[in-house]
Amino acid sequence: MDYVVLLKQVPDLAEELEIDADGTGLDREWLSFVASEWDEYALEEALLLRDQGHGGTVTCLALGVETGAVDELLATCLARGADRVVKVGSFQVPPDSHTAAAAFAGALAHIHYDLILTGVQAIDDLDGQVGPLVATRLDLPHVSVVTHIALAHHHTTVTVHQEYAGGVVAEFEATLPAVLGVQTSRETPRYAPVSRIRQLMKTATIEALAAGSGTGSGLVIEAMTIPETGSTAEMISGNSQAIAERIATILAERGIGPAVAR
Amino acid sequence: MSGDVFVIAEHRDGAILDPTYELLGRAKALAGASGGEAVAVLLGSDVAGLAGSLGTAARVIVIDGPGLASFSPTAYQAALVPLVREREPALVLVANSGSGMDVAAGLSASLDLPLAAYAIDLAIDAGGPLVTCQLYAGKIQAKVRFAGGRGIVTAVAGSFPAEAGQSPGSPAVETVAPAATDDRVRFVDLLRPEAGDVDITRESVLVSVGRGIGEQENIELVEALAAALGGAVSSSRPIADLGWLPRTRQVGKSGLKVKPRIYLALGISGAPEHLEGMRGADLIIAVNSDPRAPIFSVAHYGVVADLLDVVPALTARVGG
Amino acid sequence: MGRELPIVKVDQVFELAEAVVDGVDISGHWNRMFSQRSVTEYPTEAMDWVTSLDGGESLRDCYQCGKCVPVCPVNHVGDYGPRKLNAKVLRGNNLLDDPDLWLCTTCGNCYRVCPKEVNPLRIMPAIREQAVLEGKVPDELSDVFRNLQKSGNPMGESPRKRIDWVAEAGVEVPLISQLGRPVDVLWYVSDYTSYHPRGKDAARAMARVLTALGVDFAILGPEERSDADSARLAGETGLFEMLAEHNIGTFRKYEFKRLVVMDPHAYNAFKNLYPELGWEGEVLHYTQFLAPLVDRIEFRSTIELDVTYHDPCYLGRNNGEFDAPRRLLSAIPGVRLTEMPHNRANGYCCGGGGGGMWLDGFVADHVSERLSERRVREAVDTVGTDGTGVLSVACPYEPSRFEDAVKSTGNDGRIVVRDIVELIDEAMQPPQPPQSPQPG
Repeated sequence: MDYVVLLKQVPDLAEELEIDADGTGLDREWLSFVASEWDEYALEEALLLRDQGHGGTVTCLALGVETGAVDELLATCLARGADRVVKVGSFQVPPDSHTAAAAFAGALAHIHYDLILTGVQAIDDLDGQVGPLVATRLDLPHVSVVTHIALAHHHTTVTVHQEYAGGVVAEFEATLPAVLGVQTSRETPRYAPVSRIRQLMKTATIEALAAGSGTGSGLVIEAMTIPETGSTAEMISGNSQAIAERIATILAERGIGPAVAR
Repeated sequence: MSGDVFVIAEHRDGAILDPTYELLGRAKALAGASGGEAVAVLLGSDVAGLAGSLGTAARVIVIDGPGLASFSPTAYQAALVPLVREREPALVLVANSGSGMDVAAGLSASLDLPLAAYAIDLAIDAGGPLVTCQLYAGKIQAKVRFAGGRGIVTAVAGSFPAEAGQSPGSPAVETVAPAATDDRVRFVDLLRPEAGDVDITRESVLVSVGRGIGEQENIELVEALAAALGGAVSSSRPIADLGWLPRTRQVGKSGLKVKPRIYLALGISGAPEHLEGMRGADLIIAVNSDPRAPIFSVAHYGVVADLLDVVPALTARVGG
Repeated sequence: MGRELPIVKVDQVFELAEAVVDGVDISGHWNRMFSQRSVTEYPTEAMDWVTSLDGGESLRDCYQCGKCVPVCPVNHVGDYGPRKLNAKVLRGNNLLDDPDLWLCTTCGNCYRVCPKEVNPLRIMPAIREQAVLEGKVPDELSDVFRNLQKSGNPMGESPRKRIDWVAEAGVEVPLISQLGRPVDVLWYVSDYTSYHPRGKDAARAMARVLTALGVDFAILGPEERSDADSARLAGETGLFEMLAEHNIGTFRKYEFKRLVVMDPHAYNAFKNLYPELGWEGEVLHYTQFLAPLVDRIEFRSTIELDVTYHDPCYLGRNNGEFDAPRRLLSAIPGVRLTEMPHNRANGYCCGGGGGGMWLDGFVADHVSERLSERRVREAVDTVGTDGTGVLSVACPYEPSRFEDAVKSTGNDGRIVVRDIVELIDEAMQPPQPPQSPQPG
């Protein structure tokens, strides 16, 4: 079984995000990048599937984005146990999801895969999620928001759970090869010790593949803004009844409570 | 090419889901400016009866086929791509749900139609459709347009009022067979959550209790409120340490990280270790008798009062 | 008996064929001595493995005398002691899968009393490093490792927020990068002092004290990274080295006479470990820096409080400084200093060291109460609960640990926790008008 995991880095939200001078993008000066959380779940699932009896290889692909630290991301994948890492193309800034999907699809033409896993989403997915976009380009079946993956023993199908609101879950059987958008892994993503990552950054081979080309997201960003948030809470006062009334109204505005038809 | 606004309907157990109503209401409001009509697209097997619940739409297109008896990403994609390609609506609205994400991105890549995701608002002005999207865990909003003036929008649940999509009506119903099928993803079963202990990381409403609760027997007041709101009870560390609630309910640095839509913090002071576990919640309402409790620095709404007064009053108000 | 006992081989036998001492003939077997070997009936692989690790050698020296057990703080609240670990290894247990591996806070009290100088402060990180390399780390702890890797502090906060506390200090706090000249004191503020609300209180107090004394000081600000000494003791040596490289690179950029630190863990790293990594300099804990200057502090108020002082393990027992903090406290007018039963070299650990700060959830299943809770009870017994009692501390781990423990032991409002520098700062202010008592 050959597993492929598609990963990327996203801005670390611990840093204050600022808008650039144009007003249409993020100011990159103080951004620091971390692996997208859901991509880490996808990698963890791939490693567990490989190690818990099915064998095979885990290959990690990441776009060669100059901002951020893609080499460290790929070294971390190796430190966690991936077999092979590939840097795809070269980009000055992180591309949109459609461009990323085209890039990965081009590279995947040169890699054998049975199951492609990637995070269900990322925090900067303005134009949609990479998983289904890549799948459709490669004419592969795809399932998003996957919370459970079980490979059939004959390795031609996979059973997955797709999660909906309220804890409802649909069980599907998908024919391989397929693409899964992973929502969570069955174990927390394993920790990669720093000494191992540093060692791998010096010694490991990171392969390179050319990116496929595409036409981009087709979106024009008119403006990016930071929404107003008060630095302190809006205080509600009055007697218990008045407070209860106000809170109930606030909740109803968000569809919680008796105002919503269920 | 038409000015129609398509809404891809979601349904389960014979009922249309709320996010569909939200989108229908919006579609109807925008259809005029778009130069077309609000059209609901309903996929299923023998679902014509459900079309009656989509009265807000001007028309309903029912794609009916045995392969669509339950949702499947491939079956829906195979049926919708030819339809959208043929009818060329101005906008396709999809809920940002478990199924919606597959459908919308699949349509976008198949048809080379731009997709604006995580929309919290949608308008049409002289420049065409204008989508407001939420990014970076809500810290950034982007206003975007489609380069060609047409595109797909996935909207975050709760962005629009569902009531606006629930008006009665008798729209014209057109039933077609799916132009293509794809059973590479096959529905097996629908699983509902067990009545066992709760996974608080998956709850959208959490009523969380801290030391301000005072005595253990007061916890049942909080449980009543959670039940009335359709949510679950969670807690700060001290309550778990005392054994008043299972550790699986503990929110915080040594507990679980939660990102519910609503987080009610009752009698929780808001130590950084606790905030770490819940500050990502969409809406935080804090009740604490100490006006200087740090929880108020992350809460959206705050109440300085004894939670033992507020909780029963709130339960009575929402419990009906 | 039918059982075959394994023959335990001995490396060396020392014996003098001819030996007469004080007229007594003890030739031959009378003076025979054996070299060190494990006294065990079990195969020695597990012990051999531990002693092959750099730092693990001394575990073999234990002969189970048990002196370490009553002084181990974890033993007071659970079924654990350093001797138990030795026994487990002798029996061939794999410590990598054993929760007991994570209970030790490296407080050093056992090492202090051990006749064989068995040293868990070196053994624990050695074994824990192997656990980390195999991915066998409690999630609570690995989350903090990730934060340290990503942001250089255990909270995962932006390095730029390290100076958020400065705005309300009320005095100027120069950044050494902006000073453009050598400075007398480079003040290393440390993680919890920079980011935790109670730490920031101490930071602001320290800034005011330094200013009042006319000290020529500056801070690193966003260039500062964690000392990561506790992460090292919890098994992440690679992380410690990576952050040390960064800090040393930063130290080398600037000229300063002394490095003054708030955090005993940073003190330990900079003083004892950084020299072999390439940086050596004069390192002082802030109490050591202020104590000689205490007569120059102008106290304007009297603080009528019963104070007891908690010796931080990494300032007191492990680095020998007991007097400077006490000199400072005694100098504050009105302070009545009383010692807790466990004081000075026998101080009782707060549970935060050796990674313990980030293992409370994990450890909770193995102890009857937190070490910090036990210590707070001791403080309450010493200074009372009438609201005039203060548990004073000199380590940034402690305000949050002890204040949590004050609440969870039901002592909220009866005793308060204050960093020494907060008390000095308070006593430097003019007397406050009488106020109604505030909750602690």
